[in-house]
Amino acid sequence: MNNIPMEACLAISTLMFFAGVYGFLSRKNMIMVLVSLELMLNAVDLNFVVFNRYLYPGQMEGMFFALFGIAIAAAETAIAIAIIINIYRNVKRIYIDENITELKH
Amino acid sequence: MNILSLFILVPVLMLLGFIPCKNIKQVRTVAVIGAVVELIMAVALLFLFYKERAIDPTSEMLFYDDSITWFKTLNIKYAIGVDGISVLMILLTSIIILTGTFASWNMNPLPKDFFMWLTLLSVGVYGFFISLDMFTMFFFYEIALIPMYLLIGLWGTGRKEYSAMKLTLMLMGGSALLIVGIIGIFYNSGIESFNFVEIAKNGGIPIEAQRWIFPMTFLGFGVLGALFPFHTWSPDGHASAPTAVSMLHAGVLMKLGGYGCFRIAMRLMPEAADELGWIFLVLTGISVVYGAFGAIAQTDLKYINAYSSVSHCGLVLFAILMVNKTALTGAVMQMLSHGLMTALFFALIGMIYGRTHTRDIRQLGGLMKIMPFLSVCYVLAGLASLGLPGLSGFVAEMTIFVGSFEHADMFHRVLTIMAVSSIVITAVYILKVVGKILYGPVIDDHHLELTDAVWYEKIATAGLIVCVAGMGMFPGWISNLIRESIPYL
Amino acid sequence: MNDINMSYTLILLALPFLMFLVLGLLGNKMKPLVAGVLGTLSLGVMAAVAYYTAYQYFFVVGKVGEVYQSLPVFNYEWLQFYGELKINLGIMLDPISALMLVVITTVSLMVHIYSLGYMKGERGFQRYYALLSLFTFAMLGLVVATNIFQMYIFWELVGVSSFALISFYYTKPSAVAASKKAFIVTRFADLFFLIGILIISYFAGTFDFATLTDPDAPFIGSAVGATFLGGTALSWALAFIFIGGAGKSAMMPFHIWLPDAMEGPTPASALIHAATMVVAGVFLVARLFPIYVGTTVLEIIGWVGAITAAYAAIVACAQTDIKRVLAFSTISQIAFMITSLGVSGYGGHDGLGYMASMFHLFTHAFFKALLFMGAGAVIHAVHSNEMKDMGGLRKYLPITHITFAVAVLAIAGIFPFSGFWSKDEIMAAAFHHNKAIFALLFFAACLTAFYMSRLYYRIFWYDNNKDYHHKPHEAGPTMTIPLIILAILAAFSGFVPFSKYITSDGKAFEAHIDMLVAGLSTLAAVGGIVVATLMYAKKKDAPNKFTQTFPRLYKWASDRFYFDEIWLFVTRKIIFDRISKPIAWFDRHIVDGFMDGLAYVTQAASDKIKGLQSGHIQQYIFVYLIGALSLVFIFIFFIAFLLS
Repeated sequence: MNNIPMEACLAISTLMFFAGVYGFLSRKNMIMVLVSLELMLNAVDLNFVVFNRYLYPGQMEGMFFALFGIAIAAAETAIAIAIIINIYRNVKRIYIDENITELKH
Repeated sequence: MNILSLFILVPVLMLLGFIPCKNIKQVRTVAVIGAVVELIMAVALLFLFYKERAIDPTSEMLFYDDSITWFKTLNIKYAIGVDGISVLMILLTSIIILTGTFASWNMNPLPKDFFMWLTLLSVGVYGFFISLDMFTMFFFYEIALIPMYLLIGLWGTGRKEYSAMKLTLMLMGGSALLIVGIIGIFYNSGIESFNFVEIAKNGGIPIEAQRWIFPMTFLGFGVLGALFPFHTWSPDGHASAPTAVSMLHAGVLMKLGGYGCFRIAMRLMPEAADELGWIFLVLTGISVVYGAFGAIAQTDLKYINAYSSVSHCGLVLFAILMVNKTALTGAVMQMLSHGLMTALFFALIGMIYGRTHTRDIRQLGGLMKIMPFLSVCYVLAGLASLGLPGLSGFVAEMTIFVGSFEHADMFHRVLTIMAVSSIVITAVYILKVVGKILYGPVIDDHHLELTDAVWYEKIATAGLIVCVAGMGMFPGWISNLIRESIPYL
Repeated sequence: MNDINMSYTLILLALPFLMFLVLGLLGNKMKPLVAGVLGTLSLGVMAAVAYYTAYQYFFVVGKVGEVYQSLPVFNYEWLQFYGELKINLGIMLDPISALMLVVITTVSLMVHIYSLGYMKGERGFQRYYALLSLFTFAMLGLVVATNIFQMYIFWELVGVSSFALISFYYTKPSAVAASKKAFIVTRFADLFFLIGILIISYFAGTFDFATLTDPDAPFIGSAVGATFLGGTALSWALAFIFIGGAGKSAMMPFHIWLPDAMEGPTPASALIHAATMVVAGVFLVARLFPIYVGTTVLEIIGWVGAITAAYAAIVACAQTDIKRVLAFSTISQIAFMITSLGVSGYGGHDGLGYMASMFHLFTHAFFKALLFMGAGAVIHAVHSNEMKDMGGLRKYLPITHITFAVAVLAIAGIFPFSGFWSKDEIMAAAFHHNKAIFALLFFAACLTAFYMSRLYYRIFWYDNNKDYHHKPHEAGPTMTIPLIILAILAAFSGFVPFSKYITSDGKAFEAHIDMLVAGLSTLAAVGGIVVATLMYAKKKDAPNKFTQTFPRLYKWASDRFYFDEIWLFVTRKIIFDRISKPIAWFDRHIVDGFMDGLAYVTQAASDKIKGLQSGHIQQYIFVYLIGALSLVFIFIFFIAFLLS
């Protein structure tokens, strides 16, 4: 396990994060935006775990933060999905910028 | 509890009393009872003040109390106290609120909400007049201004949204200058206090600070006192406002401006007033004449009156800037007099408008024959406005003119004579209106079916006329009360 | 000196004011007749009090040594300004105020009685009596004023009661216009009066007449010391005060309101615009006479008076409305009084002009009130103001005819009627002072006799066989009795030895008839009457021939030399169109436009910035991300830079 360098782990999380950013910025479908958001959050969680494991192996704070992050992500996803479903029920579409403009202004 | 706090407590209780009201009758009952209680308290305060003054002839403010601290870090206190001037202003306020209540007897729609906002406004006005702490004063000042937006915007006539917005924005602009000025005073006072009595006692403010704070505060209050060229909210605002609001606004709220100018700007910064006062003196001089000329060309009754208010309130600020005892006495008397007679005017205009549905003088004529009571009242109000002896306007204006003439230099003389000439211009527009709408033949045959005043309208107008005539015939005690309140000049 | 309590004089002010309140507030609840009788009775009481007061003053308490003193009977501090500057309301008795008390209450009483008949059945009868009471109150307050500010207060009050009485027939547009004109013109003049008061009181430190009329008072020196535009402060103040008086007394160029003021009820005109209020200006100058004496201002006053006298007399010859003729005659006669003051000196026989002026004021009040009431009786009978609707009325209105004739003789100055005595003194004073002024007055006196006779002939003779739709008849006793009383006064009041009682310095002197002047003025009067008799006693062509010979002159005179038009031009074209309207426009478009412009700029700016707030979440995120990243880079490089 220890032979895997920290940089490799960080590279993966960075890739994940920017994939999330890209998806967040480019996708119009709200579900996809949500998925991208999850990607970013998970990348951050991964970072927490990795830094904890490599830099402060005797402590657990990083792990806790990762757990918190997962819990928050779950709650947030639940709310977001609920909103999206409601929007879908009202306007039958879930594309950003196209039909959900009534809430603007 | 300090007796002065009652003046805030009673309107607050009234607000609570309005909540369960279900129809206009209950609303009226609460409003009238509250207003009567306030009037009784104001009269009682006057007598208590005399009694207290006899015991304690030296203190500047009586019923003084600064024991309650609001906000310790900035030393903001709920400091209250009154001198003769505030007592008179409180009396004026209570009279106008009572008559205003009668004048808006059949308020429609939403009478409950209307009276609640009106009462909130009165909280602000009373609070302003009893406060000695500038921050508290400012706080109440804002309380008095904000309801105006809704009162005009919702219950007004004509371009009401525009007028309400304009009025609020311009007065808020003034407030912005004001709060900067107040904070400036706070930090330059040397004792980090908002209490202006304390600051004045402590020796005031260094002259360098005065130079920038004085214009700020004077302009800030001056906007509300309809100082040229920041008076344009007044014609639109008054024209759009419902009757009681016009009465209260022109009658009392505009006085907040003059009162503030003289309490804060002139009191705390006399040196700067000496140095920079001439700029404002010129502006007020222009206000006086300009407002009067502006009124001649108007055709809407409320516009005429609004411009006349610009002229008369200009005279208040003009006298305040003369910085001597007589002129200042005149200024306060003019505030009272203008408050009463302009409230009377607006009440009458409201009543005439309520019947004829027009305020355009070209469409009115011969009302004397149709509604003699209202017309005679209108003539009396007009005569008070043009300064007929025996009515309130005369004593106030003469005191101002005699006081202003104390200055022997050419600059003051010329301005004074300019201001004096406004009495002729006033006569021109007043008589023009009287001749046009009251006298002459009836223009519109539909008007022949209209009726004269009913009992609650009679109470409102007759009450104000009694006050106007009373002040005009027995001005001595008012003048003495004011003079004794400004011993420092 | 004042061991007799004179405080009963308070009734003179309290009673009419009370009457005003009672009739004004409760009048509508009363029957008209009740209101009228009530008003008349109260005036009767006041007249009695006034006579008693005058008697007390002139014969019991007023004279100390050889000099009439001014007695402050009552003084109440009304409003304090600073130092000794305070307005007192009080009563001061001196020869001229005692004289005025008698004049005012007498004429007012006559008018009250007369109006019972004349105004019968008019709408607003109670209001009319209330206003008469108000006027009487104000006028009495004016003449007994203890200080100049009290005078100003009551000065304004008489102005407003005059306004209200002129606009009595308020549904008539001409009456409304006339009342506005009267009020505004006099108010404009009052503005100067007020400024004059401000100036003089600044120097004197008091409003009290006791100080102001003391020629040796210390303030005179300081007021003379200060100069402005070549005049001393004192002259300016006196000139301004005189302008105020000129406004009320209808001197040129402020005379324009008086002819129009005839729109009011005729008895009110008789009281206000003939006998009492319009002489307030004369009274004012007389009151301040000791400080006017010897100044250039007084000289100017004399000239203004003389020119006005001649002007008004010319205009009166060409008027056809009988009340307008009387109005111009009033202007002319008051101008005589003013001139008389202008040519007077101070003390003893030098003060002849002063005495003559007051004398003329006294006699004029009676005969002019009589003329107006006579004219009222005529109008009452024929329902018209125009001469062309009259003629030959002597058969129908015998009492009016006789009394009117007495008044005409009195005003023309025929011996032994009252006008002869007073006018003769004025002529004598002018003759010894300035021959040019005398010439103007002489000319005016000729014309006076002429136009008054013309008026008389046109009403009572001229067209002897005119047929009337309704046969004119004499009015009831309420109207004829005052006429008779006034006719007696107009005939005999000239025998009062005025120079014993009312003189500039309070000391009596002997006034003699100057035979030369008396002869000349009698000649003038007789000449005028003869010419008028030739022209107007019978319907002839002579008048028309005359107007055709001098068409321009006639036109100018009948159009009053276009003074009204000049004033109208100034007010309407200049003040209204050139000042007021542009100011209103400026206010709406420039001042308010600037404020609206601020709002507009704010809104436009916010419109521009609004684009950033697109609502595209992804755009926000992108910007946010860029920002966050660039911050990271900046921090990293900045820290690296610091560490390096």
